[in-house]
Amino acid sequence: MAEMRVVTGPLPVVPFLKVPEGGEPYLVGSVCQSCQATFLGERNVCSKCGVREQMTCQRLANTGTLHTYSIVHRSFPGVAVPYVSAVVDLQGGCAIKGNLIHIAPDPSVIRFGMPVEVIYGDALGRKDRAGNAYVSYFFQPLGQGTGRTT
Amino acid sequence: MSDVYVLGIDMMRFGRFPERSVADLGAQAALMALDDAGLSIQHMQALYCANLGQANAMVGQRILHQIGQTGIPVVNCANACAAGATAFREAWLSIKAGVCDLALAVGVEQMGRGLLGGDGSDAQGIPTEGLLGSRTMPAVFAEAGMEHSRLYGTSFEQFAKVSVKNHQHATRNPKAMYQMETPLDVVMGSEMIAYPNTKLMCSVNVDGAAAAVLASERKAQELGLGRAVRIKAAVLTSDPWQERDLVMADINTCTRLAAKQAYEMAGVGPEDLDLVELHDCFATAELLHYENLGLCGAGESGPFIDSGATCIGGAIPVNASGGLLSKGHPLGATGIANLYEVATHLRGEAGARQVEGARLGLTHVLGLGSACGIHILERVS
Repeated sequence: MAEMRVVTGPLPVVPFLKVPEGGEPYLVGSVCQSCQATFLGERNVCSKCGVREQMTCQRLANTGTLHTYSIVHRSFPGVAVPYVSAVVDLQGGCAIKGNLIHIAPDPSVIRFGMPVEVIYGDALGRKDRAGNAYVSYFFQPLGQGTGRTT
Repeated sequence: MSDVYVLGIDMMRFGRFPERSVADLGAQAALMALDDAGLSIQHMQALYCANLGQANAMVGQRILHQIGQTGIPVVNCANACAAGATAFREAWLSIKAGVCDLALAVGVEQMGRGLLGGDGSDAQGIPTEGLLGSRTMPAVFAEAGMEHSRLYGTSFEQFAKVSVKNHQHATRNPKAMYQMETPLDVVMGSEMIAYPNTKLMCSVNVDGAAAAVLASERKAQELGLGRAVRIKAAVLTSDPWQERDLVMADINTCTRLAAKQAYEMAGVGPEDLDLVELHDCFATAELLHYENLGLCGAGESGPFIDSGATCIGGAIPVNASGGLLSKGHPLGATGIANLYEVATHLRGEAGARQVEGARLGLTHVLGLGSACGIHILERVS
């Protein structure tokens, strides 16, 4: 296993989140040129149709709609609750799971299909063993927030 | 082609046995199943053993170290919550293939308490639980239930009724972990874990083991079909590609696929079934599987639970044992324990919870990630 090292600037929390130096973070996905299936992140083989080397990498949209969710009241020690665990369908394809923030954790407020946007920010202060900070993605109701994650 | 039969099957009462070993629990169930079949370990020609917690620790062999080291092939199976059904089906396959006439399948698990799922600290990153949503099992199955609410308006109360029913059924099952009624207000008012799943809508983490002796038709006839149960279908599927399944495990499509194959293999339809034991790991899941198994039409599972059709005495009793919600869910044992339940009804030996005249029953388990195992059993006499 490679030695962990402290790098300058925060790291992306998952491989499908790109954090360009001096630019805005963004999400990437893959589209199969044979069957049009979409996937989070980069890959060489399509698991829908099995075709190889026909995956095109693309930047994913920062807007989408809420597909489903749960309001999590019990989690592991150190995880702040309650929070909304959400599955979002991004505009133009690709489903993604994350925290829906800037909304009351209340089923009477959260609407299926509601438009949401993807915003980026520090990964709730979590650091790896080498002390690196991370950038994560979050969802918020479209047009509801300041763009900040905290 | 000739059928395969269950000659013996049994389970220990589920509970918490921290002082005992996994092999010890598995050995107990294995001996119970052998006794039920009237056979000994010397008759067994293969052992398929399901366990998750010690999947790399030769649990099957350790069971034989306790009950008889006969040199037979042992296969240790891990397949999430479908592990027990996988081991049972492997035993069925070995007999179908003509490799042996008698095989033993054991499922066993020792569980800790608390949440399953989620992720720990990643050596190369940070924990993502509560950062990228939740991967805890109550939340994952809540999200699947909420997808159903989105499509059909299924309510928190309808999901909660599953737990009321299964706890009620368990009061008649002496092998269930919990034997207590939980009225609707108690279920809905218990601690919220992941909306809409409250604590009483989550399966119980318990220790336990179950085992079955399977026989070829030739061997079963030679030994006498007395209490034997015929295996009409044995099916295992994985998750076919679906639009969201890599970010939101799809428990529906692999179940529908397995159900279709099982009904075709058995030459029956859901309307022919007398009882079903299905994977109620969370109350939300049970309603989805009513539809996935064809017990009711798409979108009808809410009204279906409201109607009482799935209670003992209803049109198609589901989880007469109390299900995972009340009988308990020792992961590796669950798939064989639900086969025990259906076989016990087909034999007319289910006591206070007996589904009268049961002739045909279906068992279903779902391992997240995903694996679906379905078996259809038929009374012989």
